Amino acid sequence: MVEHGDIRVVHRGGSKINFREPVITNDSRFLLCASGECVKVFSTSTEECIHDLRGHTDLVTGVLLKPSNHLQVYSCSADGTVRLWDFTDGILIKTYVIGCPIYSIYASANHEGVIFIVTSTSDKRSELFQLVAVHLPQSGDQLVEARELSAVLGDVSSNPAATDFGRGGEYIASAAGSQLQVYFFKKQKAYRFSLKEDNKKGGKNTFTCISCHPKDDCIATGHEDGKIRLWRNFNQKKEYTYSTLHWHHNAVSSLCFTPEGTNLLSGGIESVLVQWRYNQESQRDFLPRLGAAITHIAVSPDGALYCTSHSDNKITLIQSCVKVSAVIQGLVKGDSVRTELMVDPRSKSLVLNGKPGHLQFYSLQRDKLLYNLDIVQQEYIHESGLQQFEVVKAAFDGSGSCLATVEERKQKVSELELNLKLWAFDEQTQSFVLNTTISAPHDDRITAMCFSHTTDSQTTMLVSTSKDGHFKAWQLAGPAHTEDEGPSWSCDFVGAYHSLVPECCCFSADGSLLAVSFQEVVTVWSSTSWELLTTLSQPPGAIRNLCFGRLSCSKYLLGTTANNLLCCWNLLTCSLEWSTSMDVSLLLADQLSENMAAFCGQAGNTDLFVFKPSEPRPLFSQKAVCSGKVTRAVFAPREEMLESCEESSQWLNRSQLYFITQYMDLMTFTTKAEEDRLMASSKQLVIDDSVAMTPFYLLLGKHRQQENEDTPSSLSAERTALPQGSAAIRELLQTPAHVLPSTSFLCSMFVRSLLISVKDTREENKQAEEEMESEKEEEDSEEEMESSISKPKESVGVNAAESAAPPLTKAQLRELRRVKKLDHSWLSGLLDP
Amino acid sequence: MGEFKVHRVRFFDYMPSAIRAMAFNRHTERLALARADGALEIFCFADNYFQEKVIPGREGRAVEALCWVGQRLFSAGLNGEITEYDLEKLRPRYTLEAYGGPIWTISSNSQGTLLAVGCEDGTVKIFEVLQEKIQFQRNLDRQKGRIISLSWHPSGTHIAAGMMDIIQIFDAETGHATHRLLVDRGVGASKSKEVVVWSIAFLSDHTIISGDSAGKVQIWDGFTGTLVKTHLVTKWDVQALSVSHDESSLVAGTSEGTVIQFQFLSSTVDQQDKAWIRTRTFKNHSHDVRALAHTDTAVVSGGMDTQLVVRPLLDKVEKNTQESALRKIAFPHRNLVSCAKKAGLLLFQFPDHLEVWRVGESDGHGKPGESLPVKRKPEKLIQLKTKGEDHICCSALSPCGGWLAYSTVSSVRLYRLQYNNNISITKISRLPKELRWAHQLCFSSDSSKLFASVNNSSVVIASLNQLECKYLHTLKPKSGSQQLVHLLFASEDGKWLATANTDCEVHVYNLHKQKLHCTVPVYSSCPTTLAINPATSNLVVVHADQQIFEYSLAQKEYTDWSRMLQKQGLHYLWLERDTPITNVTFNPKNSAHIILHDTFMFCVIDQSLPLPEAKAMLFNQMTLRSLPEAERKQHSHAFKMCKNYQHLLCVSLLEDHSLVVVERPLMDIMAQLPAPVRQKKFAT
Repeated sequence: MVEHGDIRVVHRGGSKINFREPVITNDSRFLLCASGECVKVFSTSTEECIHDLRGHTDLVTGVLLKPSNHLQVYSCSADGTVRLWDFTDGILIKTYVIGCPIYSIYASANHEGVIFIVTSTSDKRSELFQLVAVHLPQSGDQLVEARELSAVLGDVSSNPAATDFGRGGEYIASAAGSQLQVYFFKKQKAYRFSLKEDNKKGGKNTFTCISCHPKDDCIATGHEDGKIRLWRNFNQKKEYTYSTLHWHHNAVSSLCFTPEGTNLLSGGIESVLVQWRYNQESQRDFLPRLGAAITHIAVSPDGALYCTSHSDNKITLIQSCVKVSAVIQGLVKGDSVRTELMVDPRSKSLVLNGKPGHLQFYSLQRDKLLYNLDIVQQEYIHESGLQQFEVVKAAFDGSGSCLATVEERKQKVSELELNLKLWAFDEQTQSFVLNTTISAPHDDRITAMCFSHTTDSQTTMLVSTSKDGHFKAWQLAGPAHTEDEGPSWSCDFVGAYHSLVPECCCFSADGSLLAVSFQEVVTVWSSTSWELLTTLSQPPGAIRNLCFGRLSCSKYLLGTTANNLLCCWNLLTCSLEWSTSMDVSLLLADQLSENMAAFCGQAGNTDLFVFKPSEPRPLFSQKAVCSGKVTRAVFAPREEMLESCEESSQWLNRSQLYFITQYMDLMTFTTKAEEDRLMASSKQLVIDDSVAMTPFYLLLGKHRQQENEDTPSSLSAERTALPQGSAAIRELLQTPAHVLPSTSFLCSMFVRSLLISVKDTREENKQAEEEMESEKEEEDSEEEMESSISKPKESVGVNAAESAAPPLTKAQLRELRRVKKLDHSWLSGLLDP
Repeated sequence: MGEFKVHRVRFFDYMPSAIRAMAFNRHTERLALARADGALEIFCFADNYFQEKVIPGREGRAVEALCWVGQRLFSAGLNGEITEYDLEKLRPRYTLEAYGGPIWTISSNSQGTLLAVGCEDGTVKIFEVLQEKIQFQRNLDRQKGRIISLSWHPSGTHIAAGMMDIIQIFDAETGHATHRLLVDRGVGASKSKEVVVWSIAFLSDHTIISGDSAGKVQIWDGFTGTLVKTHLVTKWDVQALSVSHDESSLVAGTSEGTVIQFQFLSSTVDQQDKAWIRTRTFKNHSHDVRALAHTDTAVVSGGMDTQLVVRPLLDKVEKNTQESALRKIAFPHRNLVSCAKKAGLLLFQFPDHLEVWRVGESDGHGKPGESLPVKRKPEKLIQLKTKGEDHICCSALSPCGGWLAYSTVSSVRLYRLQYNNNISITKISRLPKELRWAHQLCFSSDSSKLFASVNNSSVVIASLNQLECKYLHTLKPKSGSQQLVHLLFASEDGKWLATANTDCEVHVYNLHKQKLHCTVPVYSSCPTTLAINPATSNLVVVHADQQIFEYSLAQKEYTDWSRMLQKQGLHYLWLERDTPITNVTFNPKNSAHIILHDTFMFCVIDQSLPLPEAKAMLFNQMTLRSLPEAERKQHSHAFKMCKNYQHLLCVSLLEDHSLVVVERPLMDIMAQLPAPVRQKKFAT
């Protein structure tokens, strides 16, 4: 394996799949949805992601089946292009360059060769949008510039749900604010209907979404106050009429007519899918308890399958409005991560708060939500503006057998309600079971919580610090009464220091020491005797983060202060070992190594330093990891260790660093080698075009394929003669012509493949005996090919990274050296007595 | 504006009765409305929805249905009688027993030649409309069960009858039933209850639309007798239906107080296949909607909550005009209170009794806006119940408080009141035979004469002496109008008597000479009130379209002020008010002040001040108060409005210069209504 030293920040999973309305294909087998910068293709039967359609360079803002060809799909993006894909093979067919950000896309069978897009008007000052018809040029080139634009409607909403085609493209209706516009293509006439902003009874008439009946002239509009209006007779200025349906108590977020027009589907924050009978609106069916607010509704072209997107990054597939048949769940993202990012030591999954009142367990390897753990165990009321219990803190112990959670509810009038819950892992049910609930563990907000990380000792201990000026140690104690079922948690010790407010707490690696920071003072306690062993202080500034070193560096305690200092104390000498001035927003330690990571805010961007407390030089540093502040990050242990020998990437060998940006994107650091391996495996996945890729299928299906391949190859002499199995040739034949590199490049590759083919044919003879081995070989050779192709790009990347890194490290070194020269004896003098 | 001591009277427990039936005459634009107590009201929609005529009710006469035939009005009720009304004399012309038990419905064919009534015994009886009366023609095939609703096909060939559980279609020529449509019962517990077809409409394309007690509006094909569509609109009853004249729109009134509109729309633009589609829902009533009328531009609805609501259809009228405003008519457009100015007594008129109250007294002085301590509480002096079944038509109390008169359609009664230590009331037994019946009564200011309006716009004058009443004279206009005089006003000095009738004629008689003095030029709108200024002898007339005229009796011409007002025009906000002025009085301290009121405000018009400009604020009392003294002059104008008192039934100036304000808050009326049907309200 070739090792590449450069480390990249990559977007790792968890991107929004509920951003735009998903599309179900004509055969109802695939579901396409925009997800970040790519379009994801899911299987409707197995919920698995089959492949990504990658190519856009900005947010994908719309996905639409091509009306004239149901096997092709348009996608539009904020990068100003519309791309046409073959979604079964995941091939980009054409790119139409429009040249300005596109917000949504529409097309109808009535308008051949024309798509309708919403763009901002050329006037940059105002936030106005217009609906534009784009005549797609009929040219064979892959990259086409579409310049034939004609405006259809001005002053439309950028919300894609607010525009729809009616009656097979006879007219288009669009709503913005409190105005509805209908444009008839035949007559080339637009009608405008406006409602009053607010009526007397406090209703809000603003349009939120729109859907046109496929057969009749009827437009359904959803409104801010939960009303649905059915407009008719809208080809007249005055004698138009509408009827009102009202079930939703909050804004209707999505409306959709079924393809035959017999039903109207609506959804909103209530997370209930409502099915109205067209022309018999008093009869309606409900599908309640869909989990979270509905953001989009889509119906398959045959009308059998509905799908709803939800605000918790979920897509639900519903069979004929009665049965939820599949749930595609992404990483649940709220406005902020209240809990820390954590890694469940058992499942190695990322844990953070997800659905309201739940903790989510998210598999980083598979980019899939494993399960939700209901912490609050109360009915969540789907209504905006309600204060409900939220999980604000959570902590795992070292072995993953204990979980502590804190939930709180703050209402304006009443006092803060706090609950500390302790959960034990139940081997039988393979889930966490509530062990103890402590209501009101503290008088005020809990600021930090941690378990002692000893794996060998029998007692696990939890320490919580609170704004009420105390920290409490909780211990699992045996039952006080014999009739009790098992041990429960109780308070062991209450500590305080000069009535200061504790902010952070941390156990040393062996669990013998507990460090608690009280504003500017760090106190170190013995966890067995609860003695105050020593206090450490430094130039004033409240402590923000506190962290013990691990393994060989366990004698070090690191802390960051509010006035931009990173300090390292040696606990053996009780003196400040070193300190440096940097604005650290987050400091965290890798559990499996001595490494520590510090995220520093610098001029709107965040820099990362990875260092060992014992060494003066950082192991790795990268400037401008992302924009904004990073407040949540975690080291996740790898499933298998990387054998990287290069110094700068060694820190990623045992664990991987994940972090969440302020826009709630989950990012991670990867090495080039890792990426290559991933690429290769993803290539492998695109063998079969239609069947979803489950692990089970991969086990069985691969085997079968091999058999299929084997039998003809052994039978026909002609096949063996041609080096079919060669990776290069397969590559050449499978890749569509328009994405292939130039012939001159191909030629040399082809010749090279022929050279290797001698070895290959020899191996193929062997294949009969050892299938698995040959498989591996093939894989390797393929990888080689891949890396060789992408080489020129890489070198540029390396240069860029190298040129960015050195000045920083130099400055850093200088700083460190300066710190080392400083005399810290006065500090030790203070501490010693 | 002047300061007044105000008697705020809230002890008039006026309670209007529920609206039971309605009929709209497109040609005359008049709406006939029947109330639960048997009273009939005629509203003229062309004349700003003015309540033109009132026919008082009668004990035991419950009108169940109304029907116009040309200009003639017929009613039928559960007493089994058909009544035709004399709309000039404002009394029933004749009644006719139908001999079929209680009558539920009455309907005429569009030609106006035949009347069909539906009876309790299951017969549909056809009457022929003759010049002076109606005559029984025949029965259609007798059915089992009562006939609740009837509708003629516009061509007059078929009749659809709504019954219990079924709809029957008759051939009007042969009298045989041709179709029998079975109506589904409600679901659940109401499955065992018979469904009542409360209302039915037969359209010219042989579509039948029915509204029933299971809450359905059903559309049937009248040729085949098949159900086309069912709209479930309410959990309760659909009690009324009305179809627009062009048959493109239909409204249904429900027990929940909602009115639901259906429209006959094509499903796709430019295509002919049309269907009835539910469109709008109006909720203007708190109780059952019992009666509906679909005019060309509006939906008129009325029901248990006693209010008449005119809801304009916004697609049929110009936006933001007077026509597009919602109108609720809750109070009668005439005076039910008469005030004895000299004695400080109030007479309240109820349908079947009268009450005389003495207003309270207070000797305190306070700042403007403060309420004064009451020294003597108001007290009820007399409660007088009527004799007989007829309800009171009009009443009057003399200014000195010594005389009380009231009239029903059958008799006039006059009482002498004496207030010594205790109150004595004496009935004047022998009245002149000319005073058999009066539509309006009025005493002269010195209480020596009684004026009564009788047939053909004439006024009878009778002189009152200690305990007797003598006929003096009959005043008759030269125009020969058949209408009754509905307004009478005797001037303070006893010289003039002004009258107005519903033909919009205003006559002024000289009482000294006992002959017509002059006739005010006829204005197109009906006068709602009139009064003669005692200081200047100018006649002030206010019309239903809110116009004000001042006519000099001396010069026999409009005064300069009136001409100026007409020239400049009234303020648009004044014209947009939706209740008529029902009373005019004058401030004796300042003859230039005219005090007038409608239901929602009272106003002092200062004739010495300039009229408001079209752009000026009409309601400027608050802004004026905030301005410095010097600027106030500049901004003030003639109309001084006061909205402190709402739902006014009477504003009158007593002799001691205190103002009596009789209020009847709508909330109090609402509180006395029976409980409405239970409805699930969201989040309760």
